[in-house]
Amino acid sequence: MKDTSMTKNIKISANNIDVYYGDKHAIKDVSVQIEDKTVTAFIGPSGCGKSTFLRCINRMNDTIDIARVTGHIAIDGEDIYDPRVDPVQLRAKVGMVFQKPNPFPKSIYDNVAYGPKIHGLSRNKAELDEIVEKSLRRGALWEEVKDRLHEPGTGLSGGQQQRLCIARAVATEPEVLLMDEPCSALDPIATAQVEELIDELRQSFSVVIVTHSMQQAARVSQKTAFFHLGNMVEYDETDKIFTNPEDPRTESYISGRIG
Amino acid sequence: MTSKSLLTEDKRTKARNAAERRFKSYGVAAIAVAMMALAILLTSVIVKGIGAFSQTYVTIDITLPADRLDKEGNRDPAEMAKTTTIGYASVLRDGLIDTLAAAGIETEVSAKDIGDMISKEASATVRNRVLANPDLIGETVNFNLLADGRIDGFFKGRVTMETASRDQNVSPEQLVLAEQMAEVGIIETRINWAFLSLPDASDQRPEAAGLGVAILGSLYMMIVVLVLALPIAVAASIYLEEFAPKNRWTDIIEVNIANLAAVPSIVYGILGLAIFINFMEFNQSSPLVGGLVLTLMTLPTIIISTRAALKSVPPSIRDAALGVGASKMQSVFHHVLPLAAPGILTGTIIGLAQALGETAPLLLIGMVAFVRDYPQAFSDSAGLFGDPSTALPVQIYNWTQRSDPAFVERAQGAIIVLLVFLLIMNAAAIILRRKFERRW
Repeated sequence: MKDTSMTKNIKISANNIDVYYGDKHAIKDVSVQIEDKTVTAFIGPSGCGKSTFLRCINRMNDTIDIARVTGHIAIDGEDIYDPRVDPVQLRAKVGMVFQKPNPFPKSIYDNVAYGPKIHGLSRNKAELDEIVEKSLRRGALWEEVKDRLHEPGTGLSGGQQQRLCIARAVATEPEVLLMDEPCSALDPIATAQVEELIDELRQSFSVVIVTHSMQQAARVSQKTAFFHLGNMVEYDETDKIFTNPEDPRTESYISGRIG
Repeated sequence: MTSKSLLTEDKRTKARNAAERRFKSYGVAAIAVAMMALAILLTSVIVKGIGAFSQTYVTIDITLPADRLDKEGNRDPAEMAKTTTIGYASVLRDGLIDTLAAAGIETEVSAKDIGDMISKEASATVRNRVLANPDLIGETVNFNLLADGRIDGFFKGRVTMETASRDQNVSPEQLVLAEQMAEVGIIETRINWAFLSLPDASDQRPEAAGLGVAILGSLYMMIVVLVLALPIAVAASIYLEEFAPKNRWTDIIEVNIANLAAVPSIVYGILGLAIFINFMEFNQSSPLVGGLVLTLMTLPTIIISTRAALKSVPPSIRDAALGVGASKMQSVFHHVLPLAAPGILTGTIIGLAQALGETAPLLLIGMVAFVRDYPQAFSDSAGLFGDPSTALPVQIYNWTQRSDPAFVERAQGAIIVLLVFLLIMNAAAIILRRKFERRW
């Protein structure tokens, strides 16, 4: 599972990122190279800035008035904070799944079809149907909902809703998938389903996942970054982080002494 | 320390429970007082106003004499128009006397007093019908004519023998005659839908006064308010809530909108008088000016409720839309606005209901005038909604100023109509909200 032997392409390259919320310095000089077709986990105690950093990658921090980002993030070598970049176009390329399942209060079909519709990915109804089915299959939800595509997405169970949100995110054919604690609101069975799904998504996307659960990071990721108090303390192969961390703070955290 | 039994209340618990019971009883008492006030108000309005929805009519056969109504004898309406309503009044009087004789009713009442039992409005009604159809002359036609307001009041219990003896306008003898006429069916009181369609009438003929012009004027104003206030308010709210940067300017605007909502409505009337009538020279008393003034007054209300509705949409929906690459505007129009729609609708309808019942600003722009002509939605001389008209609440104000007690009944009837409209609007707000909420 952990194929570390071959060097992978760097998909996202972040250098010297600082984020301020008003006066608060939330992210301090973080640099990280994220590989393509890999699951990268961000771990760390609450408030350490891992979600904030994640939201820099698709510029969701732009929607917060007081947030200010400095530094340089490139996806495939293109600076995403270049003034010529429209964040809307960027977010079509960088999908996101949120902590709390947040399906639109519309039908299951419309939830998945919304992204492709606004990005003009289909020419007709048949193509759109195909995209919806493909996305729901990728979200491992198709078998459960194929007979009730036109029922409201909000009527699904929590785990199903989160998989619906994943299907919605992959429907726009993104290249990067950001997941902000996608399992924190789910029970263990739903969590296991979503984790299995993440492993499959790795075939097609570069997945970045923020998680509170170290076990989850160990299970799903190939690379792990440990954040503490706005600093990125350590970033390495997941195996190495959990077995032989270099920084004493990382060791304290994974062994449960801080956090 | 000995542990106490759970089966007995200790002192502290007793005091707490008593406090809770007291508080509940205050609440019940407050609600009871409010309900009683409402019940008294409604009962009083309905008891006094229900009479406006029935009216007393005199049914008589009249042979229209050619020698008095068409002196030239050529049935030309232009020539016939020379005969005034006074000429017709005498024809009606003679017709009623003949009808009484035919029914075998003998009376001491003078011919003039018999004629006065028919409304002064009736001669105009008959004249209009004859001028519209000159061939009626020489024929015997069955007419259903308004009885005088005092006679009408007698059948509704407002006028009694005792008050009639002190009244210049009606005598007890006339009332006795009216009773005899009612026995043989010449006079009867029945439902009066014309109250909703007739225009206002002069001080001497309350029996002919209706709400037609006022309802039409109110309707036109509501159209103006809806067409202007809803889009402006929704656009302003969406911009302020979703797009505008949060800085000192938007703070100032926000405070000012809240203040505008609290400005006394008569101030908007002064503003309307100064701007729309004196400066822009729109017609006085026109539903256009009334609608514009009420729009200004309603805007802050709708803006505040629309912003509250937008605020109540969970931010996760905006995140979800932005997350799949929707633009700010797409996320607002595809997701936030539909979710906020029930709240916006409710706010709008409540704003409209408030505008419908507003009187003070309309007094200042001349809508309290006496208007008998139905306003046209569009007329060549006055433009869109430019014809003078009144409105429901000012009509009520107007009628309560008149001396004849029959107008008090009219005013109470108009209050019932206004309340029914308000009830319908509020019910619509509730139904629409339920309907839209169920969709999600």
